[in-house]
Amino acid sequence: MLSGAEILCSGYATNGGHDEMCAADGGIRNHWHYLMNSLHEIGAAGLQGRREEAWRLIRENDVTYNLYGDPSGMGRPWKLDLVPLLIESEEWRVIEAGLMQRAELLNLVLQDFYGPRNLIRKGVIPPELLFSHPGFLYPCTIMPGTNRIAQETRALTFYAADLVRDSNGQMNVLSDRAQAPSGAGYALENRLVISRVLPSLFRDSHTHRLANFFRTARQSLNNLTPREGEEPNIVLLSPGPANESYFEHAYLANYLGYTLVEGEDLMVLNNRVWLITLEGLRPVDVIMRRMDDSYCDPVELREDSFLGVPGLTNAARLGNVCIANRLGSGVLENPALLSFLPELSKCLLGEELRIPSIKTWWCGLPAERDYVLDNLHTLVIKPLHPGLGFRFRFGSELSRNELEDLKLKIRARPHLYVGQHSVSMSTVPVLAKDGLKPRHTVLRSFLVADEHDYMVMPGGLARVASVDNSLIVSNQAGGTSKDIWVLATEPEKYVSLLTERRQAMLAPDKGGEVPGRVADNMFWVGRYAERAEFFSRLLRLTLQFLETGEATESLAFKQLLFAVTNQTGTYPGFADQNIVNQPEMVQRELLSVISDGMKTGSLAQTLGALLFAARSVRDRLSSDTWRVINDIDNILRSLANITPQQLVDVLDELDSLITALTAFAGLTLENMTRGSSWRFLDSGRRMERALQIARLLQSTIAPVTDEENETLLSDSMLSIVDSMMTYRRRYRYGINIPRLLELVVYDESNPRSLAYQLSRLEEHVTALPSKQQQAGNRSELERLALESATMVRLADVNRLAAAVNNNIRRDTLDNFLNVLASRMTSLSDMLTATYFRSAETPHQLVRLR
Amino acid sequence: MRYRVTHSTKYSYSKDVSLCHNVAHLLLRNTPQQTCYLSELQITPLPANVNEWQDLFGNRQASFSIQKPHDELTVTSISEVEVVSMKSLFDGIYPVSWEQAVNHLQTNDNAETVDARLYTLESGFIEFQAEVASYSEPSFTYGRPLLDAVEDLMHRIHVDFTYEPGFTTIATPLREVLQHKKGVCQDFAHLAIACLRMQGLAARYISGYLETIPPEGNEKLRGADASHAWFSVYVPNQGWVDFDPTNAQLPAEQHITAAWGRDYSDVAPLKGIVFGGGEEHKLDVAVDVERI
Repeated sequence: MLSGAEILCSGYATNGGHDEMCAADGGIRNHWHYLMNSLHEIGAAGLQGRREEAWRLIRENDVTYNLYGDPSGMGRPWKLDLVPLLIESEEWRVIEAGLMQRAELLNLVLQDFYGPRNLIRKGVIPPELLFSHPGFLYPCTIMPGTNRIAQETRALTFYAADLVRDSNGQMNVLSDRAQAPSGAGYALENRLVISRVLPSLFRDSHTHRLANFFRTARQSLNNLTPREGEEPNIVLLSPGPANESYFEHAYLANYLGYTLVEGEDLMVLNNRVWLITLEGLRPVDVIMRRMDDSYCDPVELREDSFLGVPGLTNAARLGNVCIANRLGSGVLENPALLSFLPELSKCLLGEELRIPSIKTWWCGLPAERDYVLDNLHTLVIKPLHPGLGFRFRFGSELSRNELEDLKLKIRARPHLYVGQHSVSMSTVPVLAKDGLKPRHTVLRSFLVADEHDYMVMPGGLARVASVDNSLIVSNQAGGTSKDIWVLATEPEKYVSLLTERRQAMLAPDKGGEVPGRVADNMFWVGRYAERAEFFSRLLRLTLQFLETGEATESLAFKQLLFAVTNQTGTYPGFADQNIVNQPEMVQRELLSVISDGMKTGSLAQTLGALLFAARSVRDRLSSDTWRVINDIDNILRSLANITPQQLVDVLDELDSLITALTAFAGLTLENMTRGSSWRFLDSGRRMERALQIARLLQSTIAPVTDEENETLLSDSMLSIVDSMMTYRRRYRYGINIPRLLELVVYDESNPRSLAYQLSRLEEHVTALPSKQQQAGNRSELERLALESATMVRLADVNRLAAAVNNNIRRDTLDNFLNVLASRMTSLSDMLTATYFRSAETPHQLVRLR
Repeated sequence: MRYRVTHSTKYSYSKDVSLCHNVAHLLLRNTPQQTCYLSELQITPLPANVNEWQDLFGNRQASFSIQKPHDELTVTSISEVEVVSMKSLFDGIYPVSWEQAVNHLQTNDNAETVDARLYTLESGFIEFQAEVASYSEPSFTYGRPLLDAVEDLMHRIHVDFTYEPGFTTIATPLREVLQHKKGVCQDFAHLAIACLRMQGLAARYISGYLETIPPEGNEKLRGADASHAWFSVYVPNQGWVDFDPTNAQLPAEQHITAAWGRDYSDVAPLKGIVFGGGEEHKLDVAVDVERI
């Protein structure tokens, strides 16, 4: 009788190479039986359900991976296959020992390259290999004996290796990652998702846990601090939300309890690195670096970098800050080093290299160059550095002309290229729609320096080609990923990752450390969220008129259309009478104001801006908030697909959107501590609401018309600002403009009134950390907020409601609202200048590039 | 010959600079021909910190930061050096041919040669291109003694190119210099270095100063000297020999070395990042080389 595993795998046809699950005779390898039997028991429908569950978790946690060069590649969901890759503990011990040896070796090479360079002087490594690699940063060399700290601590804190198994079943290192290895956070997230969707299978498989790895990473970073005896301040330096693995930067910062910073959040003073927070400067002892090193300091590294921290190299040189990995560690990613590692291992460790690298020929040596030129069509060609034009080329896929072209390039600068054996990668089963399929895979293993040694994450990230037989395995090329399970011989003591995660996250309280950039983004999250909600309400009402066909000929409706254009700033729009008078054009214009993401001021564009600002502070928002943000993202996506014929469907979407935005407002109101982050978010919201109300009053209440139209417009206005019920409860009959203004302008107890927004704003501004230390004096900012709030408190609604000079507009109201709006704009500018941006952008003294 | 060198750089900004971080290659190094007795920086306003270290090329490098608002920055280096002329390598009995030098660089692995190989590679301002190779070739005839060939190259650059300050900037690529046949000392040094490296030789960039001697009967003007640049070529087993293509001279006692590197970018006298300072700034440089 066939076992469940055999039934599940009956259609699984490997391509003859090494397969991780199936042996050469087609039988399932022993350590895969339990997993496959269990998956069979879950059944096709069950697996489909679990897949959807995994997908939902990934969407909800907003696990993303950005694609470069594709505007819609921002925030692309991470891909994860349900079937883990299994590795037996016996084999793992061999891999582990090999990787530990390799990390130690590379650490010694790195120390030598930036220190005495004996490997060059003694002829072990040809100078061209080192000196022509762009990853070798000349300013980061240390003269022997000058910097005690830099020489004593390990140079290589984080290291990752990409592994492939060849057709003989041997594991080989394909490439070394030493610059700022990415993926450990994705591996952890993969584990959390898989253990949630396959809980009992995971529990019974005796899989090694990952938490220890991160605990060791924390300990190692702690030990790097130059200030002994004090709790170190550690930050995670990211290039920002446009980076491909920004999700991971935010995720790890949260998990490890570090402040996520970008270059502009840090500054160097007195040769030390400081975090610029709203409350002042905080010293930084250790930087976990996820920014490429050459961009880290425009003073001594790439002069044209806008991402870095001027003076950082010097602070590190003096040992006042420790950067992990050290600046210059990218030099280890030079593929030409692969062919020298066996020799280096003997020379530096006195040992044979345990894990072989993929056979690599460096063209800087004449004999190897000739071999590569003669065998170009069978090799993979890589430049020493991706900055040299391309990452890799398969010789077998090049035309005759392309081969000749490549040969010319290699002959002109042979030392800049390597040829690499085109390896037959092993395959792993991937759960496709029609069952299990074999796909080529590359395993990424992660190491972190321990006190005396290196620790290997027992697991890792398997990346899988996106199509059959493809050898291109990369997330940028659309591949998927897998969790790697290292099977323990006996169950490990149960450590809950989630408990682990919570503990790690609770460790330091970084509430007080809000960099200006974060405050800025929070402020705009508040503004965009409020703006989007306001637009949605206005657009929903306008569409309701259209749907019922009621009063669409009226002056009031035309005025409402004008309000749409005026509120969103999408001129000419309905300011153009040709559009207003043609129902079809009206529909088209409305749809474009709703769903055209390229139209400045549209609802779609506003939502896009909200999502971007929210993603930039993702480490500051709770996971529940993320769920709502993902709902908003989904609605935005479906809005984009609506045609003018389906305009009515938009109403449903707008309803959901308003619900989601209200939920978002509620979550931020109820779930955020009242620190500076929240104050900025709420200030943004209040300021935006005040501006929107003012603008709406100008287009709906300021014009003087007949009673019928004024009633229609007043009703509309009240419904948009969500104050209809209150008004009806209070006044019941008809519309009375002074009473209406009392409710919407003057009444501080109505959370939708101007007075309410301004009094909240005044509160926030007073509570913000003071930038000017003037005892007894109000700051300019406080003065302006107080002035605006007072102006509203002193407003006389009867005067505002009167039309003075003519019978077309209520000009007192108009003027009042104009003054208020311009004060809101000044307040916004002043907040920006005071808290968000340094007034000055750094630039080069001498322009070198 | 003993000199006092004063090199003063003054930046005047249109608005206040609140913070600046700088690195300077203004302190003079020792060389086989040169002993530096004193070299120090005077910086106004007073910097919050000055740190000095030795770079990969053995130069003295200094960093400093000014952390209070200022609209003027003056950096003056004052140095006292003694320069002696080196025994000429030109009249050796067995002059090494340029091909032998190339071969030596490729095959010999003594420490000095290995160090010199750093200077055979492309670098920021030295890009290998066909135009450079074809300019270089006439000087490198078959079997020609290395120093003859380099001297010939130096003379050709001196004759073919016009010294025209202001025509090029630091960032002007070699291709343009070759096209217009105009430039200043940095450009000529870079061109010669590119020619030599494309032949497979080791050549480095030298930044320094040149003593100028006023015409007979005239008083020497203060501040009229300038910083200067030239190049040096590696002669196997013997060392480095300097050439000044701007003046078609073999530097002897009048050339004072500040620092050397692969090209200008390794030894820029002063660079840095300023916060603020407005759109415009004015730069004044004054150099004095006096005999003492």
